[in-house]
Amino acid sequence: MMTRFLTLFVAIMLAFATITPASAQEPLRLTLRDGVIEALPFALPTFQAEVAGSEGMAADISRVITEDLNGTGLFRQIPASAFISTPASFGSAITFPDWRAINAQALVTGAVAVNGNQVTVKFRLYDVFSGAEMGEGLQFAGTTDGWRRMAHKVSDAVYSRITGEAAYFDSRIVYVAETGPKDDRAKRLAIMDYDGANVQYLTDSSAIVLAPRFSPSGDRILYTSYESGFPRINILDVATVVRQQMTTAAGEMAFSPRFSRDGRQVIYSLANGGNTDIYRTDLATGQNMRLTNTPAIETAPSFNPDGSQIVFESDRSGTQQLYVMSANGGEPQRISFGNGRYGTPVWSPRGDLIAFTKQESGRFHIGVMRTDGTEERLLTSSFLDEGPTWAPNGRVIMFARETQGSDGTTGLYSVDITGRNLRRVTTPQGGSDPSWGPLQR
Amino acid sequence: MKHYIKFALLIGALALSACTNADRFNNSDAVDLNGANAANDINQSALDGVNNPSSPQFFSQTIGDRVLFEVDTSTLTAAGRNTLDGQAGWLSTNSDYLAVIEGHADEQGTREYNLALGARRANAVREYLISRGLASSRLRTVSYGKERPLAVCSEESCYAQNRRAVTIISIGQNS
Repeated sequence: MMTRFLTLFVAIMLAFATITPASAQEPLRLTLRDGVIEALPFALPTFQAEVAGSEGMAADISRVITEDLNGTGLFRQIPASAFISTPASFGSAITFPDWRAINAQALVTGAVAVNGNQVTVKFRLYDVFSGAEMGEGLQFAGTTDGWRRMAHKVSDAVYSRITGEAAYFDSRIVYVAETGPKDDRAKRLAIMDYDGANVQYLTDSSAIVLAPRFSPSGDRILYTSYESGFPRINILDVATVVRQQMTTAAGEMAFSPRFSRDGRQVIYSLANGGNTDIYRTDLATGQNMRLTNTPAIETAPSFNPDGSQIVFESDRSGTQQLYVMSANGGEPQRISFGNGRYGTPVWSPRGDLIAFTKQESGRFHIGVMRTDGTEERLLTSSFLDEGPTWAPNGRVIMFARETQGSDGTTGLYSVDITGRNLRRVTTPQGGSDPSWGPLQR
Repeated sequence: MKHYIKFALLIGALALSACTNADRFNNSDAVDLNGANAANDINQSALDGVNNPSSPQFFSQTIGDRVLFEVDTSTLTAAGRNTLDGQAGWLSTNSDYLAVIEGHADEQGTREYNLALGARRANAVREYLISRGLASSRLRTVSYGKERPLAVCSEESCYAQNRRAVTIISIGQNS
């Protein structure tokens, strides 16, 4: 296994070397993170229909895998019109010279069989340069209505094998679907696949809902609701869509909740007498702890992966800035020192970076910085970008963008942490406040 | 002076709506005629309301139900304190009424911060009204952050109207 892995790494390094010789000595991980790379060309002949009548599903699954991989900006599909040959069947030998000739670095082959409402998807991944299979072939079986998930699982495997890192395609987003003009906007919670497919609504628009947050396992969603006439935190069970108001510490308004990584604690803001501070509640015991106690606005808290620290925003210095404190409160350390205002910090699932919204000179940016505040990097710039959320692998950030003016609309976008590959995520209506859930099992 | 202008505009608007109704009266059958009369009655009572110092319309339009704030502040302006003095006087006289003070922010800010800023603004109004002798139990606050803009352009002329705290009055019990 280790040897196989090593071979894989060497093969990929060589593969990259053919594209970007300067990075030949760099480990693959660094190539992905920091280098401006050329997308890796791959070939994916439309998956074979192994059972008559599976052709449509085979084409759909092939298309979704291709879109997943192209969508990363790390891979580039070679069009089928360039193919010299295609495998006669899923099991037949690969004619590597035909794929080398069109400069395909990776080749994905697969087959789909639909029987009634059951579908089976098989795939294999080849390193064309070395003429070897990368990892073992895999098969996914399930019901036809879950076909997109099976396609995403193939994409996840391909991405992971080539990059050596976890992927994020078989994951979901909860967000606020928005309709109507700015002065009469209806908001409701919606959940969808990471790529905008399969949108389902979780609440109606009778009360304002804000900033949903997935639990780490994806089974629950915290959000702020005005159902009672005042902002309160609700917990919604994803499977049953049953919601209940969370019991917080006493306060006039409760908002900006977020789970701890073990899903047992919730940190949030309470406003009392015009002053907003951060609190923590243990969901099982109901025990509350006040974590900040200043006349300043303290809000938008986010745990680090091991739950020992919290990053949040405060205007105690006079403007919104980012601070890190112990999960039990205590004296925080300011980490943002650039020009402008910093808000909505979110700790990366890898623990290495903090994403944030920055306001400077009338523009909004999504950015990342190290957890000590160094190496600040702005990824986007627009009239109004805000509310970053991390892909489960910590490589991509989704956020909301609102356009300027009286007919301004909201929409979801993703960008990778190098600032490349800014893309609109297609949603049926406007969208804001995305929260990216975990990779599904 | 402003109030007089507002009042004049209101009269103008009523006159206009009366004309519209008259047109509809001429061109309509008996069912529509009843509808037009009902609309006139409603408008007539609104006019009375503004003139009647103990009416909610007098509170919201003649005294003014809102105060405005500078960018990223919750400090009451002189004009704002003047309006709130009027509100406090009205609420003292009309002691059956309770109030919810809504705090709002313009769109130039992140969602969470604006919620907190709206809470500050609503509380600044509440504290001022309490300092003018109103019972704290009659006054609740709620923040809408940037969720409920009144003016929709992305310019200071609109932002200035959206950075507001609005006193919503009702007869009843504050739960």
